[in-house]
Amino acid sequence: MSETRPRSFQEVILRLQSYWASKGCAILQPYDMEVGAGTFHPATTLRSLGTKPWAAAYVQPSRRPTDGRYGENPNRLQHYYQYQVLIKPSPPDLQELYLGSLKAIGLDPALHDIRFVEDDWESPTLGAWGLGWEVWCDGMEVSQFTYFQQVGGHDCKPVPGELTYGLERLAMYVLGVDHVMEMPFNDPGAPIHLTYGDIFRQTEQEYSRWNFDQADTAMLLQHFADAEAECARILAADDLDAAGRRIVMAHPAYDQCIKASHLFNLLDARGVISVTERQAYIGRVRALAKACADAFRRTEAGADA
Amino acid sequence: MPDLLIELRSEEIPARMQARAREDLKKLMTDGLVEAGLTYESAAAFSTPRRLALVVEGLTAQSAAVREEKKGPATTAPDAALQGFLRSTGLTKEQLEVRDDKKGQAYFAVLTRPGRPAAEIVAEVLAHVIRTFPWPKSMRWGSGSLRWVRPLQGIICLLTDEAGAAVVPLEVEGIVSGDRTAGHRFLSPGAFAVTGLEDYAAKLKRAHVVLNQAERSAHIEADATNAAFAAGLELVPDQGLLAEVAGLVEWPVVLMGRIAPEFLDLPPEVLQTSMKEHQKFFSLRNPKSGRIEGFVTVANVETADQGATILKGNQKVLAARLSDAKFFWDRDLREAKAGMQSWVEGLKSVTFESRLGSQADRINRIATLAREIAPLVGADPVQAERAAQLAKLDLQSGMVGEFPELQGTMGRYYALAAGETPEVADAARDHWRPKGEGDSVPTEPVSVAVALADKIDTLTGFWAIDEKPTGSKDPFALRRAALGVIRLVLGNGVRAGLSRILSNSGGRLYNFLAARTVDDVADFNSVDSVDAIGRRPTVDQVGVVSDLLSFFHDRLKVYLRDQGIRHDVIDAVIAMPGNDDLSLLVKRAEALAAFLKTDDGTNLLQGLKRATNILAQAEAKDGVEYSFGADLKFAETGEERALFAALDGAEAKIAPAMAAEDFGAAMAAMAALRAPIDAFFTAVQVNADNPVVRRNRLNLLSRIRTIGQSVADMTKIEG
Repeated sequence: MSETRPRSFQEVILRLQSYWASKGCAILQPYDMEVGAGTFHPATTLRSLGTKPWAAAYVQPSRRPTDGRYGENPNRLQHYYQYQVLIKPSPPDLQELYLGSLKAIGLDPALHDIRFVEDDWESPTLGAWGLGWEVWCDGMEVSQFTYFQQVGGHDCKPVPGELTYGLERLAMYVLGVDHVMEMPFNDPGAPIHLTYGDIFRQTEQEYSRWNFDQADTAMLLQHFADAEAECARILAADDLDAAGRRIVMAHPAYDQCIKASHLFNLLDARGVISVTERQAYIGRVRALAKACADAFRRTEAGADA
Repeated sequence: MPDLLIELRSEEIPARMQARAREDLKKLMTDGLVEAGLTYESAAAFSTPRRLALVVEGLTAQSAAVREEKKGPATTAPDAALQGFLRSTGLTKEQLEVRDDKKGQAYFAVLTRPGRPAAEIVAEVLAHVIRTFPWPKSMRWGSGSLRWVRPLQGIICLLTDEAGAAVVPLEVEGIVSGDRTAGHRFLSPGAFAVTGLEDYAAKLKRAHVVLNQAERSAHIEADATNAAFAAGLELVPDQGLLAEVAGLVEWPVVLMGRIAPEFLDLPPEVLQTSMKEHQKFFSLRNPKSGRIEGFVTVANVETADQGATILKGNQKVLAARLSDAKFFWDRDLREAKAGMQSWVEGLKSVTFESRLGSQADRINRIATLAREIAPLVGADPVQAERAAQLAKLDLQSGMVGEFPELQGTMGRYYALAAGETPEVADAARDHWRPKGEGDSVPTEPVSVAVALADKIDTLTGFWAIDEKPTGSKDPFALRRAALGVIRLVLGNGVRAGLSRILSNSGGRLYNFLAARTVDDVADFNSVDSVDAIGRRPTVDQVGVVSDLLSFFHDRLKVYLRDQGIRHDVIDAVIAMPGNDDLSLLVKRAEALAAFLKTDDGTNLLQGLKRATNILAQAEAKDGVEYSFGADLKFAETGEERALFAALDGAEAKIAPAMAAEDFGAAMAAMAALRAPIDAFFTAVQVNADNPVVRRNRLNLLSRIRTIGQSVADMTKIEG
């Protein structure tokens, strides 16, 4: 199956899922919150920390309000999908494993020019950075490949290897489609054939309007402050609950950090954050991410073995 | 004499780091080997994206034995001293030698450290080099703690001599040295063993890896040139891109494509920048039309379809990129033709520096200043002001937002589209220059006026808010701005006193700062408070202009020193009036430097110094200044009278020469004084017994001093 070309967007996803499952990854489901990238999923951010081995892969719907183009731009969307793989410690053959995944979706390295081009990754909101590459296929960036060095201000020991595929762009290339809205979502031969546009054109319009013109900025600012306060409150709570059980609430606190981050993105799209304020907001989200990372390191999943 | 082969194989090394890494590997390894007592004939380093290699030829097989002598205690010293010496040398008493010493006899230990085999040394040095390699950025991976630029996968360390190749055993964090490497990732997967440099390079080539980066570069350049020629185009040379691309591939395959017709009207700079920055494509130019019409991309693989799929993919990415560029270009051109008002508005909300206001505030200041400077550089004031108002508008354009390096270039296009004159449009492009040491200086008067105004506003601005460079810290590149002013002034022979320009510019900035709210300029207001009746000190009163002028003088010293003019010569002319006219200053310094290189110059300088010293001593002793009233009638000797005559003659020539800025003539007149001054000092005793004669001679010396000071402050000259 891997030598044939996939016929639809969903087939690209399904092939990646079964490929990484066959390589031993736990196939997780998307995180049920609004995030800007697959990296925000706690299966990546939090699980990058501590010494416990980890191997997970998942699709993550991602939202970047400023990228909305009312469904008109062939490549830009405010809501899109990333495919994310995180393996800790990074295996010595991670590059080979990655190239195998490209083969699985029909990109044969004997026919294409696949290159690892320097690209250092940094997430100021997560207090995270790593070194790696953007992977080029025939001159097009199809993935990010990163060895995490730090997350939430903590050194990653051991080092996780992270792979991020921009699914729409990759699938469009594999399927030979020029406009994302024309991409077959399910099989073109299906009794009810659906394109990407059938499913998302209208929502792109609706969200673009809301993101750019309608979102209530006073409410968003309030929600940002609320999320920030709740995160701090959760983390300040005693480790022991009323029944005397020791439970550090790293994940509920991290949910608030994710919320704050997305609210910041929405405020940014509404154009109400000035250049100077921007840095301050990013710093506030980073402070939350660091506090959550600190808390996670005190939990069983995040502790050093 | 064995040869050494090292290969450090890793995941893809960033192209921009490879050249430095080759140098570092070569230097660190050979330095380490030499320090450990080995010698070698030659060394060369190579890199591909996946390997860093070093070959050291003619290495000595082992280090020489080292003989070392240590002096111990005297034979008469207490036994404890001898025992301590034995412990520290590890010898027995019988192995020591007894020799005569200055104060009797002493024990000597003669220690011989045997030579060590090269393999042992190589293993130690290489392991150390790997652990401490100075990558600009390095990382950990997996569960290890070793740092390398990207995961290190394998080490070849081989010593080869007549007997054959032998692996030098070493281990770094679980990576064990061997003799095996891997070929091209896709074209020749799999590992193989090598036996030495020739075998290594040959087998790599069979495995689709060209080891030598220079060979890859040459191959790319030749194939690209040929492909372009065959299509009736020519390669636009770009050595930086060539080196980068050669660092991205192990097996370069040149593919040529054409740019779709709908993009051919984009400015060539836009096509070139977009293709280079985003895709690392070379540009191909049509020699007839001068347009960029094609591109070359360099793939890392040969494919069954001769690269057709790869080229098609690249074309597609290019089309998407150029669609973006075209979108920006069309939209920007519409805005330019409509008068660029939205850009003017936009710059009002772009902060230049929190205290110095917006870009729009800055443009207003620059425009006023450019208008003032225009007559001094031969530009039309109205044009200069207009040019300054437009010069930075392209910062708001979509294209410059996408490609910041095109600022100025785009500004020129947009100004032309807006119907501005070529002079005004050129100033948009050229007022940024000179951007660095290698960049040339604009010469068109309107551009010169705006370029000067731009840089001077930056300097006075940061001076007014007290953000001057300190030590190695110069975050606003103010030294470069000052050097830019110096080069603009000297390069165009601009004759103007800087003080007035700085004072005008600084004064306006000062008023601007004063007019802003207290919050914005808290530092400013706390430092310079208003006086009793509410007046602020002027910019001149707070010393901004004089301080800035001495900053210019410091920069000028550095600049002229690079041109071979001594710092004391510059100091001597800076001490003269009119020192804010940099062209005049330099002219004076050059004449003085030339004069001091002649025999007359150096001897006259001695005479001047002698006169000045005698005068200074006498003045200190007598508590008066001898400056006037030397009279020929009190002259007693022929030498004295001759000096009177020579001074009369020189004064008559020097004053008009200085007024005419003919410093060469002034120096020549000075030179004529050498012989009479020398003769005077040889024959005449200045401190004569007769007080009248003495005073007359001292006053005569003061004429020498005055003449010297009329061309430069000669007391500053050393030697």
